Amino acid sequence: MSAEFYFGVEVFLNGLMAGVMYSLVALGFVLIFKASGIFNYAQGVMALFAALTLVGFQNGQIPFAHLINTIFGTELSTFGWTLPAFAAILLTLGVMILFAVLVEKLVLKHLVNQEPIILFMATIGLAYFMEGFGDLMWGSDIKKLDIGIPQGGNRWIEDHTAFLGGDNFYGFYIDTLDIYAAVIAAILVSSLVLFSKYTKTGRALRAVADDHQAALSVGISLRTIWVIVWAIAGFVALVAGIMWGSKSGVQFSLSLIALKALPVLMLGGFTSIPGAIVGGLIIGVGEKMFEFLIGAPFLGGATENWFAYMLALMFLVFRPQGLFGEKIIERV
Amino acid sequence: MSTVETYTTPDGRTIGAPVMEMKNITLRFGGVVAIKDISFDIREGEIRAIIGPNGAGKSSMLNVMNGFYHPQEGEVWFRGKIRPPMRPYQIAGQGVARTFQNIALFKGMSTLDNIMCGRLTHMKTGMLSHILWKGKAEREEVEAREKVEKIIDFLEIQAIRKKPVGSLPYGLQKRVELGRALAADPELLLLDEPMAGMNVEEKEDMSRFILDVNDEFGTTIALIEHDMGVVMDIADRVVVMDYGKKIGDGTPAEVLANQDVIDAYLGVDHG
Amino acid sequence: MFYREAGDFKTTYAEDNQTFPLKLDRIGYYAILLVGFLVVPFVIDDYWVSAVLLPFLIYSIATIGLNILTGYCGQVSLGSGGFMAVGAYASYKLMTSFPDLSMIIVVLLSGAITAMVGIVFGLPSLRIKGFYLAVATLAAQFFLVWMFNKVEWFYNYSASGQINAPERTVFGFNITGAEVQPFVAYLFCLSFVVVLAWAARNMTRSNTGRRWMAIRDMDIAAEIIGVNPLGAKLSAFAVSSFYIGVAGALLFSVYLGAAEVGEAFGISKSFLLLFMVIIGGLGSIFGSFAGAAFMVLFPVLLKNIMVGQLGWATDIAAHFEFVIVGALIIIFLIVEPHGLAALWRVTKEKLRLWPFPH
Repeated sequence: MSAEFYFGVEVFLNGLMAGVMYSLVALGFVLIFKASGIFNYAQGVMALFAALTLVGFQNGQIPFAHLINTIFGTELSTFGWTLPAFAAILLTLGVMILFAVLVEKLVLKHLVNQEPIILFMATIGLAYFMEGFGDLMWGSDIKKLDIGIPQGGNRWIEDHTAFLGGDNFYGFYIDTLDIYAAVIAAILVSSLVLFSKYTKTGRALRAVADDHQAALSVGISLRTIWVIVWAIAGFVALVAGIMWGSKSGVQFSLSLIALKALPVLMLGGFTSIPGAIVGGLIIGVGEKMFEFLIGAPFLGGATENWFAYMLALMFLVFRPQGLFGEKIIERV
Repeated sequence: MSTVETYTTPDGRTIGAPVMEMKNITLRFGGVVAIKDISFDIREGEIRAIIGPNGAGKSSMLNVMNGFYHPQEGEVWFRGKIRPPMRPYQIAGQGVARTFQNIALFKGMSTLDNIMCGRLTHMKTGMLSHILWKGKAEREEVEAREKVEKIIDFLEIQAIRKKPVGSLPYGLQKRVELGRALAADPELLLLDEPMAGMNVEEKEDMSRFILDVNDEFGTTIALIEHDMGVVMDIADRVVVMDYGKKIGDGTPAEVLANQDVIDAYLGVDHG
Repeated sequence: MFYREAGDFKTTYAEDNQTFPLKLDRIGYYAILLVGFLVVPFVIDDYWVSAVLLPFLIYSIATIGLNILTGYCGQVSLGSGGFMAVGAYASYKLMTSFPDLSMIIVVLLSGAITAMVGIVFGLPSLRIKGFYLAVATLAAQFFLVWMFNKVEWFYNYSASGQINAPERTVFGFNITGAEVQPFVAYLFCLSFVVVLAWAARNMTRSNTGRRWMAIRDMDIAAEIIGVNPLGAKLSAFAVSSFYIGVAGALLFSVYLGAAEVGEAFGISKSFLLLFMVIIGGLGSIFGSFAGAAFMVLFPVLLKNIMVGQLGWATDIAAHFEFVIVGALIIIFLIVEPHGLAALWRVTKEKLRLWPFPH
């Protein structure tokens, strides 16, 4: 086997790792969509906001310091202490739950029974609001996020695979962080599945997903469910934010992972958790392999920007219900 | 080839040749057979009813007639010719109009615009004339408007002409929907449960409109209805369906005397 | 009291079909046109033209375009930025390949080219609906921006990857390049706005528009009463893309003069146009103007107050802009999904009855 082949395999593996990340974000979308029929465009910004808040707590930043300084002419910046990662994560989780409550109270409650597309546009507004709000609160400079997950190429894998490819091949390069992300995502997904299968709240969640009216009629509180779902989605966003933030810093571009997750959803179907995982993997591998085999050598590179969308688009034209969706019978 | 013969109704109207003939229609959804080997015809000028219990396949039948569903077996004949597979909008262009069981009006438009939509198949100007407006497009628009105003008068809905249809009460919405179908000057009008969910008074109004449409414009009508009383009063001939099969066909009196029909509606005594 | 319809009788259907059924509205409309063409050009200065008027006019065209697709035909698109880029690059290639071609033709051809691209990306709409389609249009956005970045032919192999508008004239006046008089640019864009808004109004009040709206309100019923979904959706994509392409061509050649695709026509532009449509009012030509005016004026105003008056840092003003615009989108969708246009209509209703309560 040539070194070229093993590079291909390495690209494939890295695609899988990236795919896990995409799945993680897509999962947040699926949760909210299943429970409330809302396509939450703000999921990516939620991840950004969560990561910003986490870093802010860790470093003991004073919220809105920049704004307060501007108005009152003060020189505030930090409280002067730092928090351990674990405490900061818990606090951030609290903020995300508070956020879920506020979203339900201020936005969702007033948009019940609106068409899905109106709700979708409302979440675009929400995304804009949170983006500006997050920047006002914590500042818009690029921040480093470190909660102690090791980073960089995994030496062990490199050392133990180097024998495969001869002289020009030094073993597979896989980021340790990606491996952590994959494991955490797997744990997260399985616990969510267990949660929705075996707990009372989980059953209520699935009931709401199937039929709002029927769920209401058996005494399930729609509003409580929404808060729970948005809080869980906030938690998923926090995890995604930690992973992506550790990898490439906390900055505006983190919110763009939402754009990466959208094609995953189109592929996997908006209502299917396994769909989100499989779709994420297909897109992660697909875009890396396409870039490696066709994009970089023939098209000038950077095809990752659109490949996922084109793939999802082509796929949808032939199978509008997605990978795992059920066939739609139209009625009049 | 079915024999072309005319018959005269008790009230003295002459019913002519078949407008639409369904020949051995079978429709399946996956493994479920919605319609099984059904044949019947609808003749010029008559009011033809399709009745049957819930889930008998009546709405599916209507959907086959206007081309929304494509049957796996059987043929649809229209005006003496076999109808090739067509999209629903092409069938609308042939002169088949319909209303829906759950009102399917265009909620964002006014009553007037909804009924104007019914004229679409008769209006020939293209986008370029529309952009210029003055001339052909405006003339055609005014002509269509005159026709539509006649229908508005006929249905007695002048007062809600410019109201958005979403805000209208149920009975009026049904009437607007009938108006939209009438605006197409249909050769065959399909009505899917025109009286569902109405109170007695509204049902009487609707029955009168259906009879008047048939009487004044000579429109051929096929309708699905649950209310046996209404059907027996207004239909010339009735098809009875049960579990996707045809169990009776004939004048109301004949159908009422049919043992299979009585069994389907009242249940069979298996004792 | 003065604004009313009593005594303003219609005796023909043609009269009833007028754009402005009320006499006072008609007078107001012609007055605005007169002022726009005969007064404004002589009183404006460079600041007003470049900060407010040109962006307003150009975005009005784009907003009408997106409103035709989204507001009238019900197909949400997040690819408008990419389509504007098509218009911009088409006009650049036309200007540099055919130096003698009139700018009017260049702009119109750019629109036509964008319309064709729009049809191609509109094809999936026949199978995909709702936000699946909205997401699918992102494919157009990302692919087009990538293409204009990577394929050097589009920017004539320039080293910077930018496109720069060469100097061109219309009726002897410079319309692109460095030495453009403000009033020329203004009148040039205004003419496009007036003609295109008039055409849009005519389309939306005739069968073309009814077909679109029928598809928007209930696509299955529309097909059953005789609307060809293929024709209706693709014509909406074509017309909408034409408008957006014209706007892109004007934005690049007359307003910006130079552009880099990712910066000028990125996804934030798609959202900007969508916001203009939502705030202005889905399915309203007047709303398109109102939305464009609002989204152009609002940041200028905010910046003037926060940076100019209070002396705050510009980044704080920018963050506030995000917060306020985001909040406004949500508020409008909750309180008045039909936007400023509906508020205007309600005001007129009230005015008609004033000073009586009913």
